[in-house]
Amino acid sequence: MTEQFEPIIIGFTCNWCSYRAADLAGTARLKYPPNIRLIRMMCSGRMDPTFILKALSEGADGILLTGCHPGECHYLEQNYKALRRYLMLRRTLPQFGIEAKRVKLVWASAAEGVRLAREITTFVEEIRALGPLNWKDSRAYNNGYGVAEVEVSTEVPA
Amino acid sequence: MSAAPKSEKERVGVYVCHCGTNIAGIVDVEDVALWAKKELGDDGVVISRDYKFMCSSLGQELIEHDIEIEGLTRVVVAACSPHLHEATFRGACDRAGLNPYLCEMVSIREQVSWVTTDKVKATAKAKAMVASGVERVIHNEPLDRMYVPVHPDTLVVGGGIAGIQATLEISNSGNKVYLVEREPSIGGHMAQFDKTFPTLDCAACILTPRMVDVGNQPNVELYTWSEVERVDGYVGNFTVTIRKKARYIVEADCTGCGICWEKCPKKVIDDVFEAGLGYRKAVYTPFAQAVPKYPVIDTETCIYFQNGKCRACEKFCPTDAIDFNQEDEFITVTVGNIILATGYDTFDARRIPQYGYGRLANVFTSIEFERMCNAAGPTDGEIVMRDGVTKPKSVGIVHCVGSRDNRYNSYCSVICCMSSLKFAHVVKERTDAEVYEFYIDMRTAYKDYDEFYQRVLEEGTHFIRGKVAEITDAARQPGEEGKLIIQAEDTLISRQRRIPVDMVILSTALEPRPDSKEVGHKFGISCSANGWFIEKHPKLDPVATMTEGIFIAGAVQGPKDIPTSVAQGAAAAARVLCHIGQEQIELEPVRASVNADKCSGCRICNDLCPFNAILFHEDLMVTEINQALCQGCGTCVAACPAGAITGSGFTNNQIMAQIEGMLMFSESNGMTRVAEPVAA
Repeated sequence: MTEQFEPIIIGFTCNWCSYRAADLAGTARLKYPPNIRLIRMMCSGRMDPTFILKALSEGADGILLTGCHPGECHYLEQNYKALRRYLMLRRTLPQFGIEAKRVKLVWASAAEGVRLAREITTFVEEIRALGPLNWKDSRAYNNGYGVAEVEVSTEVPA
Repeated sequence: MSAAPKSEKERVGVYVCHCGTNIAGIVDVEDVALWAKKELGDDGVVISRDYKFMCSSLGQELIEHDIEIEGLTRVVVAACSPHLHEATFRGACDRAGLNPYLCEMVSIREQVSWVTTDKVKATAKAKAMVASGVERVIHNEPLDRMYVPVHPDTLVVGGGIAGIQATLEISNSGNKVYLVEREPSIGGHMAQFDKTFPTLDCAACILTPRMVDVGNQPNVELYTWSEVERVDGYVGNFTVTIRKKARYIVEADCTGCGICWEKCPKKVIDDVFEAGLGYRKAVYTPFAQAVPKYPVIDTETCIYFQNGKCRACEKFCPTDAIDFNQEDEFITVTVGNIILATGYDTFDARRIPQYGYGRLANVFTSIEFERMCNAAGPTDGEIVMRDGVTKPKSVGIVHCVGSRDNRYNSYCSVICCMSSLKFAHVVKERTDAEVYEFYIDMRTAYKDYDEFYQRVLEEGTHFIRGKVAEITDAARQPGEEGKLIIQAEDTLISRQRRIPVDMVILSTALEPRPDSKEVGHKFGISCSANGWFIEKHPKLDPVATMTEGIFIAGAVQGPKDIPTSVAQGAAAAARVLCHIGQEQIELEPVRASVNADKCSGCRICNDLCPFNAILFHEDLMVTEINQALCQGCGTCVAACPAGAITGSGFTNNQIMAQIEGMLMFSESNGMTRVAEPVAA
């Protein structure tokens, strides 16, 4: 039997909703796969798309973005800005040869520990089905035409 | 963009908490601590310890000791969620002379041990998270605590019992309160009620003295028939614009004598206070004990405003207090704190057509019945059918109308069981009618509530456990003619029953105000999916919100009865008085700032801030962020193409390093460092 692929997923969470949902999932002793590692930000609006490219280029197989439900943002409407950046990134990723499905946006309020745990479980399986990304290894073969260039290209020309 | 080069100078201490067996039962904490020292030594980890309870005073002293003796410059605590103990460990660092923001927490309890079953994988995940914490903390910068002064005045929005209580508590302490109420009088829903459960004391008798106190308290500035138009600023210093709608009455001259509404020839149905059962005039106060005593003219029904004729009130007013040319006034006030107590609305029973409300005359809602019972109400307290004279021989009371039903509201409205029991008692007291209560579950928690239920049981009310399917006037059996038939399954005897009655009372759900989302947006707080405002913590912080300086009280947070609303009003007042007493409030120094040298003046960030904290200097072509207005979300930081904006506490360097830390060890190789790819 071949060993099952264990993806590594980085989750970006909002301090006010999804990070608290993760706290709640813990307090309620809900179980979800350990493949995800969460990073706390003050708001999903803090999400710089380069963070996602950085994580993918450092070896992550998938990225889960989480924020407050539309209309419930702690900072009023910054989750809409996160949504805009997410949609833009989904269109950009295939141009790097990365499946758009590797990045997913999920809304989870502070009360939705169950929902967050379920979304994480589903996403881990989705990424497991896609297989490893190996962007980090592939950039070694690219003789420098790799991530450094990619990251520069995401910046808006002055 | 990659993380800045790591400093060689930092001395990092890693502390792995057992939390008894909460963490240690799943994560091999000793292994994590040993591993961190070995694998992260190059990154600056000089001390790595595990300890039974890091949050205990001995655990904290461990950190303090290491800072003082071993010269730690950074601290990572792998334990519970930072929302629980970040302040604890920052405090320990502070006491030992280390800037508290050089301490980082890693949540290996909520995010690892409690949610993972596989011990090996849990330990590996904990290691990855400790690594990310270490990488991040190296890039942490010492931050100064921010303090803002607190303006001693308070705004209370909503003059129901919760808002009244909050207003009295604060104003009696000697501080000024602006109380804003949308209706012409304070009093809220409680003023409409006849009796209050379970003591059956009359609502007006206990409420109106408090309303008078509000009116007489010199520290209260009362704005009725007014709404909050705009809120700017932040905790300690909000600027609020109040729209004082034109009453067309000169308050300084009006004595509240009542001649105007006596003489007013226009009688209209009162949909608000009398719930459509009674009448008022076009110039009116909602009820006799209204505070303030001044009436308002309803321009939609006033003959003068509609046809340009009449002016009867003006003619008869003994003090010339009528002014048809009055216009809305805008008043701007500065307050340090805001309490929202805007209450609830009741469910529109027409949304359940099979219950017949609005179609079958003798189906009433609970609020209509409250007005009917009230001695000052449209029927002078007589319980009569819609014709206004006939007393019912039998009454059916239906619980959970619009509550506990996934089609409408999934939540329990809390008060309906008790108010339905109160109705049963009142009907029995004032008529000879048989009373049938249809309930799903009887919820009579809290002091003396269940005793009241027992009392109503003994009075001979019939209780049928089952959800009502239909209320109809279509008779099928003898004895049903001319009656309303309530069809329900009696789940205690597993049979369908048809109960013919003369009158039905629907105990309608409590719902959030239809404009709660907009109000939340105006004040910068959020609503749950149902539309109730969200408290900061459901158990430990029920009247605070996620926005500093904005508090909630009463049914605006969720359905609740009068005692709880009063308690919350007082609780919110206590929180506000605590702020006022401190004179200044500490804020998290998580703020964005612009490096003017790097700013290209592109203005991309300018439209992103919902708090108007970003301003653009046309002359210098650079953007500046007002530190006092910035809430620290970081949206502008992420948007800046020049990297000119720094978000303190969550800088690009910190987050990039955190990402690197999470991915720099390979799980498949037993958490050893991943080789850097070699670029030729």
